[in-house]
Amino acid sequence: MNSNTNIKTNTLRPRLRATGLMLPLLAFIAVTFIAPLAMMLVHSVYDPTVANALPETLNLLREWDGKSTPDEAVYATAARELLKARQDRSLGRVATRVNRVHPGLRSVFTRSARNLQNVREGPYREAMIGLNSAWGDVQTWYAIRSAGDRFTARHYLNALDLQPLPDGSIARQPPERRIYLSLLWRTFIVSLSITAICLLLGYPIAHLIAHSPPRIANLLLILVLVPFWTSLLVRTTSWIVLLQTQGVINDLLVTLGLIGDDGRLAMIYNMTGTLVAMTHVLLPFMILPLYSIMRAIPPTQMSAAASLGASSFQAFWRVYWPQTLPGVGAGSLLVFILAIGYYITPALVGGSTGQLISNMIAYHMQTSLNWSLAGALGGILLVCVIALYLLYDRIVGIDRMRLG
Amino acid sequence: MISTQRIGRGAYLASCTLIFAFLIAPILVIVPLSFNAEPYFTFTDGMLRLDAEAYSLRWYRQIVENELWTRGLVNSLIIGIASTALATALGTIAALGLSSMPGRRIAMALLISPMVTPVIISAAGMFFFYSTLGLAQTHIGLILSHAALGTPFVVITVTATLSAFDTNLTRAAASLGASPLLTFRRVQLPLIAPGVISGALFAFATSFDEVVVVLFMGGIEQRTIPRQMWAGIREQISPTILAVATFLIAFAVLLLLTVEWLRRSAAPQAD
Repeated sequence: MNSNTNIKTNTLRPRLRATGLMLPLLAFIAVTFIAPLAMMLVHSVYDPTVANALPETLNLLREWDGKSTPDEAVYATAARELLKARQDRSLGRVATRVNRVHPGLRSVFTRSARNLQNVREGPYREAMIGLNSAWGDVQTWYAIRSAGDRFTARHYLNALDLQPLPDGSIARQPPERRIYLSLLWRTFIVSLSITAICLLLGYPIAHLIAHSPPRIANLLLILVLVPFWTSLLVRTTSWIVLLQTQGVINDLLVTLGLIGDDGRLAMIYNMTGTLVAMTHVLLPFMILPLYSIMRAIPPTQMSAAASLGASSFQAFWRVYWPQTLPGVGAGSLLVFILAIGYYITPALVGGSTGQLISNMIAYHMQTSLNWSLAGALGGILLVCVIALYLLYDRIVGIDRMRLG
Repeated sequence: MISTQRIGRGAYLASCTLIFAFLIAPILVIVPLSFNAEPYFTFTDGMLRLDAEAYSLRWYRQIVENELWTRGLVNSLIIGIASTALATALGTIAALGLSSMPGRRIAMALLISPMVTPVIISAAGMFFFYSTLGLAQTHIGLILSHAALGTPFVVITVTATLSAFDTNLTRAAASLGASPLLTFRRVQLPLIAPGVISGALFAFATSFDEVVVVLFMGGIEQRTIPRQMWAGIREQISPTILAVATFLIAFAVLLLLTVEWLRRSAAPQAD
């Protein structure tokens, strides 16, 4: 009996101790990393701007039949709340928010609110329609009601080139506003191409390093690790220097007479730039896992296969290649995961045609200030990455991830 | 038969050479260009003739004289060192617990996640989060963010070193009357030190090269070296960037050699 409890405490105590050691970092990551991600996701579905600014108008609109313009009470309340929003400086944000549902309403809001100051008494309905005919349009009130939802899936729909219609159904965006699906598709194709190119370039390199004598192998490994450790911005700068129209490679080609001075190649600030620079950045992530797998394959196997009559292609394809598949899987998944979320390189060398989904997120964060849409695009990208990450864990094992 | 094999071998070595050139040449080409006496990003005729007058240190002088770069360096060092210290302490302690923790796989997945999450997503989330806390545009906010991004590297390297650690040593120390803290300090830490230092160097390199979070969260007072380079590449591209890049390449090589040396001293039996 006594010894039994002893065993129990013996297995329980190290576990408690281990959990205690883990807790500080788990708490730190939860606060400094998971909470920010959660907050981004909240931004993508939750926006109380309009609901806070026009609470009573929205209340009245709930009883509106939606067939003809609302009655005078709605107009009077809206006028009062718009003026109040103008006073506490939230009008701009409200107008922007409604404008996203129905483009063109921003100026209707800001101008009408300015002119409403001079309207001393009702009926407000005639007054507002007099200020701007948009107030007589049912669509305007639909837009206000829709923007007034605190929780909305609109941004996710928007990120998938869809839009909710007033009757509750979902339709595709008009052709000129469909941009995100094709961008997601482009990101996927570019990442896949980069993964394939990295595999094609990385495989022979890893093979060479794995089966060289140790001294040469160490030296060659350094050649792979130098770019791995070198600042990303430095490597991107290098590619600009090499590839730009007045750059080193174009100069060389002109000097050699291969191209004329007026026929300089556009190799950067377009998709070519993105492909070349990203392949360069991600190649070490392919080589290192391949190398660690290949190193464990005894070279005698190939001679054994040859002595049994296999051609060198057969020996490679039937004996060597199958054994390297774990490395191929690990490297390819890692490169693909890193590629689909890539931002810096396309932003600097991609020009207008070499942009990926991350660049669109940055655009909505910094330029259009449509944070909800940035959040929704980020949410979609995050789901893709998590799925790939779990796949990586299933195939390779996260605890087997090594650096360098 | 033999000749096709020889051709095959030659083609294989030739393509390997080309791929190595692809990896290394872009980095090497920066170095001589940073000594260009002219404000061009390409080799001048004088440089090709190895004319001494075609080379100069003027871009290096500009770095030292330009307050934007020197302040950037100071900021990079403050944020890098503080976040590395935080990441290394938390990461090492966690790695010690990780080996015997129930639910180890899930915990590991969570701890590694900052490394694989696209940095644009992390940066956007951190911008929202730290703005609410009033920590956007502060050094503290950036230190916490960079520490979060750096911890996975420490966890990975220390866990790898610990897997080779003989747990009998801690038991022996305990049986000789050492407290857990003393055992850690005198027995465990010296043996896993190479892993801890490698992890710290990875974490520092991550912070020292991080630009997206700084771009979203940092103000004018928090401009770091990468942030300054970003501005240089996007706005007023000047050869000063090449001089900074050369400095960063030298720094990377130094870090790399240190980590390789540590790896070898940690596992003399391997390789």
